Amino acid sequence: MSNEAIVHGVHDAHATHADEHHHAHEHHEQHFFSKYVFSMDHKIIAKQFLITGIIWAIIGALMSVFFRLQLGFPDKTFPIMEKFLGEWAKGGKLDPEFYYALVTMHGTILVFFVLTAGLSGTFANLLIPLQIGARDMASPFMNMLSYWFFFVAGVIMFISLFLQTGPASGGWTTYPPLSALKEASLGSGTGMDLWLVSMSLFVVSSLLGGLNYVSTILNMRTKGMTMTRMPLTIWALFFTAVLGILSFPVLFSGFVLLIFDRSFGTSFYLSEIFIGGKALPNVGGSAILYQHLFWFLGHPEVYIIMLPGMGMASEILSTNSRKPIFGYFAMIISLVGITVLAFLVWAHHMFVTGMSPFLGSIFVLLTLLIAVPSAVKVFNWLTTIWRGNIRFTPAMMFALGFVSLFISGGLTGIFLGNSALDIHLHDTYFVIAHFHIVMGVSAFFGMFAGIYHWYPKMFGRFMNKPLAYIHFFVTFIGAYLIFWPMHYEGIAGMPRRYYDYSAWESFKNFTSLNAFISVVVIIVFFAQLLFVFNFFASIWKGRKVTTQNPWGSTTLEWTTPINPGHGNWEGDIPEVHRWSYDYRDDGHGNDFIPQTTPLRPGEESH
Amino acid sequence: MSIFITVAIIFLVLMIVYQIAQASEYAAALRATEKERQKKTNYLMASLLVAFFFFGLYAIWQCHFSLLDRMLPKSASKQGEAYDMMFKVTLITTGIVFFITHALLFWFAFKYKATDDRKTSFFFAHNNKLELIWTTVPAIVMAVLVAIGLRNWMTVTSAAPADAHVVEIVGKQFNWIVRYPGTDKVLGKRNFRDINDATNVLGIDEKDPASKDDIVAQNGEMHLVVGKPVKLIIGSRDVIHDVGLPHFRLKMDAVPGITTTLWFTPSITSAEMKEITKNPNFVYEISCDQMCGKGHYSMRGTIIVETQAEYDKWLASQAPYFAPPAAAPAADSATTATPAVAVK
Repeated sequence: MSNEAIVHGVHDAHATHADEHHHAHEHHEQHFFSKYVFSMDHKIIAKQFLITGIIWAIIGALMSVFFRLQLGFPDKTFPIMEKFLGEWAKGGKLDPEFYYALVTMHGTILVFFVLTAGLSGTFANLLIPLQIGARDMASPFMNMLSYWFFFVAGVIMFISLFLQTGPASGGWTTYPPLSALKEASLGSGTGMDLWLVSMSLFVVSSLLGGLNYVSTILNMRTKGMTMTRMPLTIWALFFTAVLGILSFPVLFSGFVLLIFDRSFGTSFYLSEIFIGGKALPNVGGSAILYQHLFWFLGHPEVYIIMLPGMGMASEILSTNSRKPIFGYFAMIISLVGITVLAFLVWAHHMFVTGMSPFLGSIFVLLTLLIAVPSAVKVFNWLTTIWRGNIRFTPAMMFALGFVSLFISGGLTGIFLGNSALDIHLHDTYFVIAHFHIVMGVSAFFGMFAGIYHWYPKMFGRFMNKPLAYIHFFVTFIGAYLIFWPMHYEGIAGMPRRYYDYSAWESFKNFTSLNAFISVVVIIVFFAQLLFVFNFFASIWKGRKVTTQNPWGSTTLEWTTPINPGHGNWEGDIPEVHRWSYDYRDDGHGNDFIPQTTPLRPGEESH
Repeated sequence: MSIFITVAIIFLVLMIVYQIAQASEYAAALRATEKERQKKTNYLMASLLVAFFFFGLYAIWQCHFSLLDRMLPKSASKQGEAYDMMFKVTLITTGIVFFITHALLFWFAFKYKATDDRKTSFFFAHNNKLELIWTTVPAIVMAVLVAIGLRNWMTVTSAAPADAHVVEIVGKQFNWIVRYPGTDKVLGKRNFRDINDATNVLGIDEKDPASKDDIVAQNGEMHLVVGKPVKLIIGSRDVIHDVGLPHFRLKMDAVPGITTTLWFTPSITSAEMKEITKNPNFVYEISCDQMCGKGHYSMRGTIIVETQAEYDKWLASQAPYFAPPAAAPAADSATTATPAVAVK
């Protein structure tokens, strides 16, 4: 559909809204359900993704608190756990089977439901139409479906938590044969079936969303908004969507084969297995095949999580430094580089599966290549704040924290991407520390930065600032206190996914450190509750936004009314005349020039 | 009931905290103009970030030296020595980058906080020379690290020497089974269909002459000779496991249906390591490093590295898994089974 057609199509809705605006509060034509529940307004859908993501994040984080209690204090009991988990924590002691279920669910929830749907679902929906100057997505209906598929996937995953045999417990990667055979673990029964159904629906949701984002960015940019004038957030969200579209189907194929192995007697992943006292008939399959299919999504997935944060950090660092982003084109090219390489490095998760050493060396080379575009991004961010006029808004704090965490987590990737070092560090706490810093906490910092920055656009109010700063420092310090020492445990060979280390001569001397980490986890968890409370309370109680452009940004979303209705702009869609980072003296005492300002006589476009 | 009270109390506390924070924000708004407040906040936050940087450096220092004595002792294999060297090189390289980038990040943040002095910031959109430098320099550094890595990787994954001891290690939920080839130095064939938990835990083909003298240790204890290369034949009976050898800086997955291998040369005996670590209870441990079910954390094996003489003495005391021919059960097992995992 052409931009004109869409603009025309939505024009009716817009007219209705404008009408409503004129007769303020006299009548509400939109029903509550079509306005807030089955809404096709991209801004409402963004909020739906965000709030669902927040709820899942609380559940996922609470799970980590429970299993950290076990890891930190393996010899103690916590009656409070029995209150939450019932039979699974009888007498306040976590059951090993359920420990693994918690670990699995924590990973699944955080990676897919929070940092994929909750992050790119929120910001792609909110920012793409607003920043490129469109009234809505290319297909608002598909957009609505995308959310509701995600919602149903979430409901199914939630139900699986209450099964008698527990939810899936084979790790978030659910490697067969462990996940394929009911005899192998309790969680591989019905819990695994629901996990697969839920994740398949999630793939559908992700594809519906991704196709929409790509077609909106390509087709619906307003007049003058060439690709090279787009904010980096849009570039990042664009590549995020491309990654998802190309890799999620491969994951889905892996799931289909797993469903067949589980329920229809095929042997895609199964071969020569003796379990539950008998030899299974399956021969000829390869358990490693699943890992190839899984990581073909699994690695791009890391960038699906990282890229939106990178885009938002770029935008926020530039806005709050009152300086253009340094090396705009280099930033785009590095995004391209990361996107292409993301598809060529998946087997670095599999160096020790016994795959061909020659293949391994190819993947080493390609993996370490990613360090180059990543380094370019870091240096460009540093140069962006250099000689700026930095305003330390909460969003800026989180964007700076994002850069710090991205550096720290990225550097440890250089260890793990090198197979000769990975052969010792693989599946130890070093890996946990690496990916939690780089794609867990760092992506969360990108998300927090985005929430604090665009909250005024979402709700017309500000979040409370003192709480935001407290939230920042507790989380920032806490994240390093939790994950920094884990590198040491990993270097000492301490394997991940262990329920108890006390029987191990080599690992039991980390008991006090584990307890320390667990205490910090609990503190950080409560700091996140503070954020959640700040988020919800500020919807009604926050300080009201009084100016259209509170951060002095150049981009289009700040040319809409403070509380934009469906259709975003009241009159015509604004026309764009310049790139999105013209932070310089406009000749009238302002230090920025909005994208809608025509070029001055003699001025050259960037 | 108490769960609701807990949640309610948490909610209440959060509400109070929020109200206080809101009140303080409004009070600040009364005391000073927006601009003055922003200036104050900038100064405070920039200072806190710098404080964070120095506190962080101190904490890294503390963390490092307080954990140093809990780290692994020096590598107990020849291959691991190259590993430790490479690790050090990578650590120093990344450490330098970490320090420089963080110093710049926090220094810039502090130095360039918005004040009244500067009206507009420096318009600096791009610079090809700079961008070229920080594209090529990381590329060169990475090339060096890749070169070191691939050299070591080739060594570790190269074919085992012909005179290497062969030892088979098989994972199952949730323990390790170790098999030695016995005096003929050849492991007998095995077939997963012949597995019987009571009489034949590995499904060894009894009719294969090579299996007659095979020794099976079900307690997951592996005996190795110091200075003598060993080739591990790794297998799994049920799900994926992983032979993790932290003291030797190695690991390899055990995958059902696939035989993987790993070879190394132990260089320090268990007795010597007890002295090095000053820990009389020291033992080389085999950890399962691939999640395999509820008992994953307890899937522990041990390795005893000893001198040739000690090893020979231990070997002589071991009985073959199958008793002498007289007691052999009738060969009635199905012979139509799929080809067994043949191991030489």
